[in-house]
Amino acid sequence: MKEDIRQELRSQTRKRGSGFNRRDFLKGSGAAAAATALSQTAGVLEGSPGSSSSVIGPEIQQMTLNVNGQNHEVRAETRTTLLEVLRYQLKLTGAKPVASDASCGGSTVWIDDRLASAGSTLAVECAGKKVRTVESLGGESPDAVPQAFVNNDAQQCGFCTPGFVVAVRAFLDANPNATEEQIRSGINGNLCRCGTYANVIEAALEVVKGGSRG
Amino acid sequence: MAEVFWPAQGSAALLGGEHNRVDGLAKSTGVAKYAYDIAPDNMLIAQALSCPHAHANIRAIDLTAAQNVAGVVAVEPLKAEGDEVRWEGDLVAVVAAESEAACAEGLAAIKVDYEVLDHYVDDADLDAATGADATRPAGSNTQKADADAEEDAEFERLFGEAAVTFEADYGIHVITHMCLETHGSTCEWNDNKLTSHLSTQNVSGTAGQIAGPLELTAQDVTVHCDYVGGGFGSKFAADAWGVTCAQLAKNTGRPVKYMLTRSQELKNAGNRPSGFIHVKVGAKDDGFVNVWDSSHWGTNGPSGAPVSQNFIPYVFDPPNRRRVATGIRTNSSPARAWRAPNHPQCCAITQTAYDDVARHLGLDSYDVFLRNLSTVGERAAVYEEQMKLGAQLMDWKAKWHPHGKGPKDGSVVSGLGMAIHTWGGGPHNSRATCKIYPDGGVEVFLGSQDLGTGTRTVIGLVVAETLGLELNQVKVNIGSSEYPASGPSGGSTTVGGVSESTRRAATAALNELFAKVAVQLEANADDLEATGGKIQVKGNQNRNIAWKDACNQIGMGPIEAQGEYQGGVTYPRDYEGKRLTDNGVAGVQMAEVAVDTETGIVKMRKFVAVQDIGLIINRKTARSQIYGAAIMGIAYALFEERIMDKASGAFVNAELSDYKLPRMGDVGEIVVELYEPESEYNRGVIGLGEPPVISPGAAISNAVCNALGIRVPVLPMTPQRVLEAISAANP
Ligand code: FES
Repeated sequence: MKEDIRQELRSQTRKRGSGFNRRDFLKGSGAAAAATALSQTAGVLEGSPGSSSSVIGPEIQQMTLNVNGQNHEVRAETRTTLLEVLRYQLKLTGAKPVASDASCGGSTVWIDDRLASAGSTLAVECAGKKVRTVESLGGESPDAVPQAFVNNDAQQCGFCTPGFVVAVRAFLDANPNATEEQIRSGINGNLCRCGTYANVIEAALEVVKGGSRG
Repeated sequence: MAEVFWPAQGSAALLGGEHNRVDGLAKSTGVAKYAYDIAPDNMLIAQALSCPHAHANIRAIDLTAAQNVAGVVAVEPLKAEGDEVRWEGDLVAVVAAESEAACAEGLAAIKVDYEVLDHYVDDADLDAATGADATRPAGSNTQKADADAEEDAEFERLFGEAAVTFEADYGIHVITHMCLETHGSTCEWNDNKLTSHLSTQNVSGTAGQIAGPLELTAQDVTVHCDYVGGGFGSKFAADAWGVTCAQLAKNTGRPVKYMLTRSQELKNAGNRPSGFIHVKVGAKDDGFVNVWDSSHWGTNGPSGAPVSQNFIPYVFDPPNRRRVATGIRTNSSPARAWRAPNHPQCCAITQTAYDDVARHLGLDSYDVFLRNLSTVGERAAVYEEQMKLGAQLMDWKAKWHPHGKGPKDGSVVSGLGMAIHTWGGGPHNSRATCKIYPDGGVEVFLGSQDLGTGTRTVIGLVVAETLGLELNQVKVNIGSSEYPASGPSGGSTTVGGVSESTRRAATAALNELFAKVAVQLEANADDLEATGGKIQVKGNQNRNIAWKDACNQIGMGPIEAQGEYQGGVTYPRDYEGKRLTDNGVAGVQMAEVAVDTETGIVKMRKFVAVQDIGLIINRKTARSQIYGAAIMGIAYALFEERIMDKASGAFVNAELSDYKLPRMGDVGEIVVELYEPESEYNRGVIGLGEPPVISPGAAISNAVCNALGIRVPVLPMTPQRVLEAISAANP
């Protein structure tokens, strides 16, 4: 079953050229719904890929998700985002729903070691892949990045913080000797409303100086 | 019993130090639970349908099709037939369903029949608003020797005497609160008792707001909020959606999560009024503003109120002034308190005029601000000191050039600007309970909340300081309406309120403990002190008992003591003693920018913020507040605005990809200086959330003006507005 899903996804990906993303799949539904519903008070799903016979679903699928090194059996509709599964089924709420269009980095996770927005990724898309969330950097002996965020007070309300921590970790993994200039220009996919940027820069620099790769 | 006060400056063990916030790791590793994160088993997701029209009457709402969508459990109208919708994005109906997607499908199946009405949304154009009959008078007043007789003639005479007279327009658009955690709640019922996990800055005040409409008493409702993802003044109320969520949970018999979407958040859950002004200024040749005559307008939504004329011009109060205020009614959602209500806009549209005095006279802006300090009232000397400090940190004198006369690096020019601000920051009412257990454990309870300002840590530090313990020996319990009531976190009132009640509660608990160990130490309870994890006789370190051993003598325990701050009671009008908290701060900010005259892009180079806040409890989180305020200020100075489409009345940039905010690479270097001479320290604790967010608009506008020699009159100074100002000046 799982393999079938992946096959289907792969062939869909080829056909569509851009892979599945929330927008293709959900046109007017999900968290984006109420927004688009402004001008489309009825029938938005009609003609959307969700009801097309060339696409799997929308019935509930059973899938195995590997999250933070653990396999989880998950049941979700094909149109369910990874973010919704992480948060409400696996209770991993570090990744946050902030924007409906992946424009702020709030739901950033690793999927097979590449950064992705969990809010614009479908859960089925992640079957057979390795998902890693900010929670993997916590626990008994936290990673150097979240610790540096604490030391440099790089969180206020903290709602953007998990996304920043993942982004900084990934950026420093790729650029362990990053300069301040590189940090300032290299981590611009994330948004903070409380204004923690100055502290995040300090936190990232502390990790560079500590030479820690986590 | 000795008077309750803080340790003298320099003698505190913890207060004023650099302390990591106690919940930092919970936040940075994603385990801190926000209202949005609470996910009880069997939970339903609720979302609302928004109205697509800026102004309409509802003829009919048909929910039948939505009720039949698979996965939809409940559908409720939020408006009745015949109701008027007054802004685009207002919420019309709500669906609760098994998943987000099912919810969305249900919303899409709702049919609403609207009678579309005329709308009006242009708040910048006073003539257009007058033509559309959308204005309302919002007050006027005047301050001069001879108030009513021949007022115009008198102003003419005053302007005639001025060394320089000019007329100018300034403005600042509406922005939104843009809390990254949208408004909403997760509600659960248990035995007819409701728990609302509400994203709120008012834990103690919202339970009653939910109870009323549900015909419950406040005791049947617990509001719970350990963490809140931004408020900035927009999350004081339980709001209609908070009540609806509880009602849906009751009707369905299941927990319900109802959070606004991003676009609903921007369209419904908080915005800051705009401010536009036309002003005529008359100044002496040394830059002293002697006469001010202004008319300003703006919108706060359907009721049509502008920013308050009481802050026009801002901080400065020239000897002769006249000001007229006009409100503009628009089809947009009602404004909410946004960090320092009125102040940022009034600063941005008036201290720019003070800077233009310098520009017109060819003076240094610093000297013009200094010259006018004689009109700011009692804190003039503090401003002067803060200006000196700011100028040093900015290297103002070395960098200064007259407006538009600086060197050009290709198409790039640079400039300096400054502004000054004021705020209250006195305490709100607050109660605290402190418990000391026989095993040495210490807990404190307050119905307060931590918006990210570091309140939880501040409370812990006050208890630890009072009891002579380390911060990690104190457990701080906040975020529940079941704890002793504390005020809403707004207006920079929290740190004062909670530190005062906490200090009093911890002191009272400690006094009880002193009484228990006094005999063993062969001393009067009044002669004991708690320090370094011990209780000892004052001035005799050898006669001491370790904290744990002292607590062992509590008996059945625990010791439980209350502390309170109540406005007007704790410090009656004639109170003259030392205070734990006070009200009223100054603050000076300076900006250095680079402006590319070809692209219109403004780049922040350096930003300096000098701020007094009385006694500082946690230097680290205090500094973060100011960094954050500076960045929020950079946001509204250069990036963010609500854009309303005149034709449709729609708020067209209500998604994060379209609503522009600065990113990490946009903020430049920020320097924060906490101004805390002994005279300020001795005033006690004063709040900090609002003041540093006030000056950035004017300071950055003034820096851009200094760079270009041309005023970009309206904030935010987007590249388009910069280029328009340049081409208007060079026709
Ligand atoms: S810390 Fe609040 S949004 Fe970043």
